[in-house]
Amino acid sequence: MSQNLLVNGTNYAVDVDDDIPLLWVLRDTIGLTGTKFGCGIAMCGACTVHVDGIPVRSCVMPVGDAVGKPVTTIEAIGDTAEGARVQRAWLEIDVVQCGYCQSGQIMSATALLAANPSPTDDDIDAVMAGNICRCGTYPRIRAAIKLAAKAG
Amino acid sequence: MSIHDKVNVSVSRRHFLIGASLTGAGLIIGLQPSLSSAATGDLEPNPFIRIPADGKIALIMPSVEMGQGIYTSVAMLLAEELEVTLEQVVLEHAPADPTRYANPLLGDQITGGSLAIRGVYEQMRKAGASARVMLVNAAARGWGVSPETCTAEAGQVIHAASGRRAAYGSLIQAAASQAVPQEVPLKAASSFKLIGKPIRRLDSPEKVNGTAKFGIDARPEGVSYAAIAICPHFGGKLRSVDDKPAMAVKGVKQVVRIEDAVAVVADNTGAARKGLAAIAIEWDAGPSGDLSLAELEKRAEDATTSGKALPHINEGDVTKAEAENGPVHEFVYRLPILAHSAMEPMNCTLHVRKDSCDVWVGTQVAGRARQAVADVTGLPVDKVVVHNHLLGGGFGRRLDVDGVILAAKIATQVDGPVKVTWSREEDIRHDCYRYLNYSKITATLGPDGLPMSWRHRVIGPAVMARWLPAFTRDGIDLDIMGGAESSYAIPNKYTEFVRHEAPDGMLTGNWRGVGATRNIPPIEGGIDELAHAAKIDPLEYRRRLLQHKPRLIGALDLAAEKAGWTNTLPRGKGRGIALSEDFGSFAAMISEVSVGDDGKLKIDRIVFAVDCGQVVNPDTVDAQILSGIVYGLSAALYGRLTVQNGAVVESNFDDSPVLRIHETPKIEVYIVPSSEAPGGIGEVGTPGVAPSLFNAIFAATGKRLRSLPIDQHEFRRV
Amino acid sequence: MAMRFAAIAIVSVLATAGTFVLVGPLRGYAETSGAGALKAVSDFDTIVDTRARSKAIFEEASRVLTHPRCINCHPATRSPTQGEDKHPHVPLVIASNSSLGPLGLACSTCHGPENRPIVGSRMKSIPGNAHWSLAPASMAWQGLKVSEICQQVKDTSRNGNRSHADLITHMGEDHLVGWAWHPGEGRSAPPGSQETFAALVAAWVKTGAECPD
Repeated sequence: MSQNLLVNGTNYAVDVDDDIPLLWVLRDTIGLTGTKFGCGIAMCGACTVHVDGIPVRSCVMPVGDAVGKPVTTIEAIGDTAEGARVQRAWLEIDVVQCGYCQSGQIMSATALLAANPSPTDDDIDAVMAGNICRCGTYPRIRAAIKLAAKAG
Repeated sequence: MSIHDKVNVSVSRRHFLIGASLTGAGLIIGLQPSLSSAATGDLEPNPFIRIPADGKIALIMPSVEMGQGIYTSVAMLLAEELEVTLEQVVLEHAPADPTRYANPLLGDQITGGSLAIRGVYEQMRKAGASARVMLVNAAARGWGVSPETCTAEAGQVIHAASGRRAAYGSLIQAAASQAVPQEVPLKAASSFKLIGKPIRRLDSPEKVNGTAKFGIDARPEGVSYAAIAICPHFGGKLRSVDDKPAMAVKGVKQVVRIEDAVAVVADNTGAARKGLAAIAIEWDAGPSGDLSLAELEKRAEDATTSGKALPHINEGDVTKAEAENGPVHEFVYRLPILAHSAMEPMNCTLHVRKDSCDVWVGTQVAGRARQAVADVTGLPVDKVVVHNHLLGGGFGRRLDVDGVILAAKIATQVDGPVKVTWSREEDIRHDCYRYLNYSKITATLGPDGLPMSWRHRVIGPAVMARWLPAFTRDGIDLDIMGGAESSYAIPNKYTEFVRHEAPDGMLTGNWRGVGATRNIPPIEGGIDELAHAAKIDPLEYRRRLLQHKPRLIGALDLAAEKAGWTNTLPRGKGRGIALSEDFGSFAAMISEVSVGDDGKLKIDRIVFAVDCGQVVNPDTVDAQILSGIVYGLSAALYGRLTVQNGAVVESNFDDSPVLRIHETPKIEVYIVPSSEAPGGIGEVGTPGVAPSLFNAIFAATGKRLRSLPIDQHEFRRV
Repeated sequence: MAMRFAAIAIVSVLATAGTFVLVGPLRGYAETSGAGALKAVSDFDTIVDTRARSKAIFEEASRVLTHPRCINCHPATRSPTQGEDKHPHVPLVIASNSSLGPLGLACSTCHGPENRPIVGSRMKSIPGNAHWSLAPASMAWQGLKVSEICQQVKDTSRNGNRSHADLITHMGEDHLVGWAWHPGEGRSAPPGSQETFAALVAAWVKTGAECPD
């Protein structure tokens, strides 16, 4: 059936079953490939997007659950104050290596800062533990979140 | 890995092309696949530089970017001598063409072995310098002045005396008629503007805003999406599949069968995965269908005790020394099967046509990928175009082209382009694994407690026999033996290799740190055991054995100072050292751990000092050491695949966990200043992780671990 | 859902996470297994002594309370456990004061209003419910004996300020409690049904809500 999605402020009518994970609709049907596939079971966080302002793992969220709610992806997170600050901090600290997980890391970090403007190390752990990075950028992610918090 | 110069690909292979004047289209947006540019009119003084009349200068990257920062470092090397700023360049992925983009140390278009900077450090600087000389000569000729009176800076040739300036783009026609200089002077290190400075990564902006394109992001016009199930049993085959339930799923277009896999093709990957899950597939488990890990471990055990050993190094007379000194200390170290688990699951997109083929992939071996597709499709190799991409992690996994071959077999049955994306489960269950590696070390000590004899038997597969036969010698895999020679001065030393292969159908390959991650754990654990037996401080013990290795001692002393080695730790805490000399770099790592009364391990701190020679980008060195350590921690703490019914049991990050941010200890990286030739860095952080933890846990608890992963052990204090 | 509004101060116990490595097999899954029937209230009629009968009924009901589907979200720390073997939740989740997880990694980041089927994995679904959350810290049950859980369930300072009548309603009608018997593919359900469980709780209350020794 046709699903109406509002992604990054644009409406899309997509003709997919409502149980298809949002991830694939974003990547394959709409063509927003910044959101990444990593595990398919909500274990790695690479596919994190915001739905109604809440970070979700789009690899397990049926597209039907996102209908009628604004979806924000990495391509537009810089339009939010926190997202822009996080992205600037990521550049300042030079967090990325292979970069594949970083869309998800940035989406989680942005949600963290939106809810908690000055997170402690434990607060950072409690949110960012959901995002895996195989390149080991964790120490720089921590530093960048603190930098972004300071800039707020 | 001490791979030596195999093929001397020098700058003499440079060619330049110039044709009708066109704009340098496609050069100004981010990372571009390389386009054939014979007709563009741009100046191509060599395969690595393309200068258009207007716009940014394209630098073509001979190595692939998989996180290690090589694109930034190579751009720095080229820009340093070309005299352009990094704002004036764009980077391009090299096309598949080993004749132009082979790593000089490997003789093939391969990014691996921490060999990129070592291979191209001079090559890139010469490429930049020769282009600059041509541009300067062209300008000087046009102005009727001597080239010696001209300088180059920020993409311009300058004649200071007359105040004249010419942008490189304005000189390309004139430069094209200049001879390519055969010898070019390179800058002294004291004149470096970029090399040695902490430069921000050039690929950061697009990786931060979601526009970076990895292989998995390729979306050629009309692409279909495939999900695959590969026979879970090593060497097994497809027996039968009923495709009707898949075809009933909305969006599914086709079910493709190949010898050992089924692919469901749909108009999005989600529908393909749903369709694949709907079908029942019957596999023929093949000859390995009853294999278990216990059986594989038994075979490795047998190889350790009675396998046919090939001598590798034989110095002095170990047998005699063993007879004269005693007692004999013997340790067996056992390393498990590991997957790579790069964040980007394996994938490959192909469009196979009757007379040509395009391939979109991120690979460490573009030339081999092209050849593999030619082999599968029967097309001439020059009809296969590989569009390489950023790699979402390599770690050695993308040194193999099994995923390209599989996708090509599927794509030959699909009309139009098709993207084959492996699930995480397929990625872990069909890796080219770091296979079981066992090491038996036998040593005797002299009256001073220092080793008189050292015998090291290495048991493992000969990956190089299939992957790079030039890197074998008389049946010995020189990569598996990497680091086994050990840095320590021991008068009688004997190392040997027992070839022990995985069962048929289970692919084994290169894993970050290659030989060193196999051999540093037993060597560094073993030396620690001997130090303990000799009742000598493990740092002092190593120093006494390394007087001929000043660079390794330098790293060790720096790490010891930063770690506060001489400070006493409270009960339940311990520090452990691991040294490694490999990839042209010298590294010392000291881990500090706590073990609670309940046996819980906490890694308090890791201190790492490295002498990697002339540093190109210190920020990259720091990042790569962090990266190597975190990768090593995942393996040391958790990494272990098991086997049942001839199939890998684990399949995703739930049962094959990797390190997360809250488990990451404080890590400090220190660089020993050095003007020696640059060493590798991508793999240097990994090998010492496990043995430094073995040794720290021993110091904290008195319990000696000799196998991985650590979470399989109980280590309450004894 | 009243249970979620318990205004009890909660101390976040992050220290148990850190860089510790748990000894022994870390993660495993049991296959779905029928936990069998729950005894009916009438099965206890033979116990003449009312107090003894009440205790026995609670013991039976505790087969549900201590089942992984229930007790995984009544952990001793503020981090849930999961699976049939009650291993620590992967990834690490800190429930935070709300019991819904910190914004950024809330329960709802992964858990939806319904169980979500997933394909291709050994895990067959991600469990979900509209009220998916951790029990408040006051309702930590893991590590307790059945008698201690019983005392806790009755204690209004540790049960979300519920009367005995509230308990019957909660156990019998709460949607999240009821989820336990519809846990999604790949997970076992506790014994019996929500109805038989509620009947046991009602009978336990009626017999004086006695706790096992």
